[in-house]
Amino acid sequence: MHGLVNRSLQCFLRDTYGLDLWTEVAGDTGVGEQGFEAMLDYDDGLTEAVLNAAALRLSKPRDALLEDLGIYLVGWEPLRRLLRFGGVDFVDFLQSLDELPDRVRLAVPDLETPELTLLRAGDDRFRLVCKAERPGFGNVFAGILRGMADDYGALALIDAQDAGGADETITIELLQASFARGRDFDLARPQGA
Amino acid sequence: MDGNFLTDAVRIDERDLSRLMPMHLWVSASGHIRSVGPTLAKLHGSGLVGRRFLEVFAVKKPRCAQSIRDLSTMLGQRLHICLRNTPATRWRGLAVQLQDDQGVLVNLSFGIGAAEAVRKHGLTNGDFAPTDLTVELLYLTEVKAAVMAELAALNRRLRDARREAEERALTDALTGLANRRALDLALEAAIASTARGRHPFALLHVDLDLFKAVNDTLGHAAGDHVLVHVAQVLKSVTRKYDVVARVGGDEFVLLLPDTVEEARIGHIAARIIEELERPLDYNGQTCRISGSIGVTLSVFYDRPDADRMLSDADAALYASKRAGRGRYTVHSLGTDPEDDRPDSGLVADWLAGQSGC
Repeated sequence: MHGLVNRSLQCFLRDTYGLDLWTEVAGDTGVGEQGFEAMLDYDDGLTEAVLNAAALRLSKPRDALLEDLGIYLVGWEPLRRLLRFGGVDFVDFLQSLDELPDRVRLAVPDLETPELTLLRAGDDRFRLVCKAERPGFGNVFAGILRGMADDYGALALIDAQDAGGADETITIELLQASFARGRDFDLARPQGA
Repeated sequence: MDGNFLTDAVRIDERDLSRLMPMHLWVSASGHIRSVGPTLAKLHGSGLVGRRFLEVFAVKKPRCAQSIRDLSTMLGQRLHICLRNTPATRWRGLAVQLQDDQGVLVNLSFGIGAAEAVRKHGLTNGDFAPTDLTVELLYLTEVKAAVMAELAALNRRLRDARREAEERALTDALTGLANRRALDLALEAAIASTARGRHPFALLHVDLDLFKAVNDTLGHAAGDHVLVHVAQVLKSVTRKYDVVARVGGDEFVLLLPDTVEEARIGHIAARIIEELERPLDYNGQTCRISGSIGVTLSVFYDRPDADRMLSDADAALYASKRAGRGRYTVHSLGTDPEDDRPDSGLVADWLAGQSGC
């Protein structure tokens, strides 16, 4: 698994649950306290091991942990900005998800991303089908969608109940497109940032 | 539809034209601006409509346009256009002829300078046509900067890690012997062991004689050749668990556990000197060196100390040097080592008559 995925997991665990938890997980899995390098590649088994060790130590279901990871990722400004390039509002953003894997490949050609297909299931209902070689991406994307709905100021119900199979499906029900004032987004990156 | 769909010209509402091309200019046959796309209007402020196109804009390439007639010779070509009062703002443009003598339609885009223009004018996604890839260009610029920063940080960390690894390394790169750091660790361990009443040891400080002459006359490659040879000699006269370290350019330290009988040490030291003095061939040239040795023993001290022992071995070594080189001296507590310790004395006379290589 790409270092970016592993590094994200590491930063999420460290920032959310503290350095001690990360140190324990690193010790459990033999990763080493320094952890992962974002631009190097690692064995897939290691990612699974870290995830399972963290879930065990936190007594938290793996699905919930992955969803929290998705929310955490949106809170990271550079990634939030890159996601916001996708659309002018939440629905526009949803529509852009199909091309997210291509967008990711523009940035980091060897980063594995699930295939995403957005289906319309009603006026304000969507289903996002997430097809990946490994399970869990669906939960992460459910978290990302929650985070992004917040970011755009939209009120939406996001449900990843079907997650777990080869094709993980997330249902999105948009209750109010402009529920709150969304966070600011300027196309141009603030200078010096 | 009452027209003939095969021959009718396209007609389009001006608002739709603005959606398709938010940065267009409609220039009449007389050369006056008739309408302006909303994004371009936002960049320039109001007041463009009615002004002469070439008063406000300069067409630089493929040729400078002096008149609207000039512009009509560049239709369909890639234009380089800027504002006359702010030439730093550069656009790419395309001009096409409108039908029925309606003038020229000019469409502009930012090209490479998009990020700067977006920042300067606070443009948003809505200022670009959905078909326009300018926003993707901004995305790419940003993501590229992020990835490059991450790679640069990785390179820094790798460089630091390599430096650290080199510092931690215990081997001398040229000779494969232990290095200074390895010797320090081994010496600490040996001292700790003697403190528990086990494994007294000898410390031999070996300094090459005439080595500088080899380096000066035959060059550094010859010097390196000699050092590698010396390492082999020192390895060959010691046991597996002895520590042989290169601690300086031509300085070596041997740590010999369980070797504290002076007769045995004398034998080892004499052998080392004998082997070092064998002429060595380097590319047809003969290198001649020797070695001076200073020895101290852990049993000389109530509480052996690494720095003290190294310093005493060094003092004994210089006693050997003073006594004429090519010999060994065993440190003696409280006395001048030169006076009452035997030395090999075997080669001093010979050395006196040699001039090195």
